[in-house]
Amino acid sequence: MIRSEIFREIAPVLRDRLVVCNIGIPSQELYAIDDQPTNFYMLGTMGLASSIGLGLALSQPKPVVAIDGDGSVLTNLGTLATIANNVADNFILLIIDNGSYGSTGDQPTYAGARTSLARVAEACGCERVVECRGEATRDALEDALASGEMTIIVCKCDSGNAKMPVITMDPVTIRDRFMAAVAD
Amino acid sequence: MVEDINVRIVDDLVANGVTLITTVPCKQLAEVIREVEYREGVLHIPSNKEDEGMGLCAGAFMGGRRAAIIMQNTAVGVTINALTTLIQYYRIPLPMLISYRGGLGEPVACQVEMAVHTEALLAELNIPTFHFRRTADVEDLDKILKFTFMCNKPVAILSHTSFWGGY
Ligand SMILES: [Mg+2]
Repeated sequence: MIRSEIFREIAPVLRDRLVVCNIGIPSQELYAIDDQPTNFYMLGTMGLASSIGLGLALSQPKPVVAIDGDGSVLTNLGTLATIANNVADNFILLIIDNGSYGSTGDQPTYAGARTSLARVAEACGCERVVECRGEATRDALEDALASGEMTIIVCKCDSGNAKMPVITMDPVTIRDRFMAAVAD
Repeated sequence: MVEDINVRIVDDLVANGVTLITTVPCKQLAEVIREVEYREGVLHIPSNKEDEGMGLCAGAFMGGRRAAIIMQNTAVGVTINALTTLIQYYRIPLPMLISYRGGLGEPVACQVEMAVHTEALLAELNIPTFHFRRTADVEDLDKILKFTFMCNKPVAILSHTSFWGGY
């Protein structure tokens, strides 16, 4: 199961939730599959989806789902320590771990080799860490939302991208409609 | 007359609605970071790296808070991508209180290496930059914060060692 197939399965769960989506093909796929004003698309800045999501979760009461990638988490690994030490129970970090840098040509990441991001998250002090297969992502996400506890989901799935157009929406438009949805 | 610059800085941040402050330590910032940590009504989130802190601030802003970052000038080198592709691109206001190492009296040679690039980099990024050289310069902070939240830009306050009372 590849990321875009997972997105199609979880889109109904994400629809009314605040979502911060990682740079590159993940944002393009989510935008094409189910664009919502409650989605914040990153157009740049690899690695900061989880940080933006945590800042958002700590600043308002609605649940926040940050969708990140294994490569992006590896580039900002300290984020897992920050998340663990600043608990926001309305925060879910969903790491789509396909073992590759998907947006740049599927080069392998260390998460697809010897490194377990779930175990790194646990070692950082995250208390609710769930590792699942792509097929189980929807259930894991629904469980996490129902738990009311900060959850890190590491979804192990296959490498591969759907061919989707680049997002041409202006960043200020993305930000403005997202902030209106946050405040709504 | 400024009684305590560290208290005054946090007073002005709070008076301008800042409720989340992220910090990466510098020896010169130790006291103001302590003040941030213990101030009621301010959520202090230490960051491991300054670009991570800018992500936190961006998220906090979109969640309805005003946020600020406190860091050393070496962080300007770390955060150029976050500043351009996140903070500037999405037009997010971000006050940056920056300790400016590497000036007169500096004992650590390597600090000079980043100091010589700091102002040029900020200028290249078109980041409005203000200087705190003497204690009394803290009087400008309130106006700088109002300016930042008026124009929705990252704004740098380069606080020189002389401002913090020397090495
Ligand atoms: Mg990946």
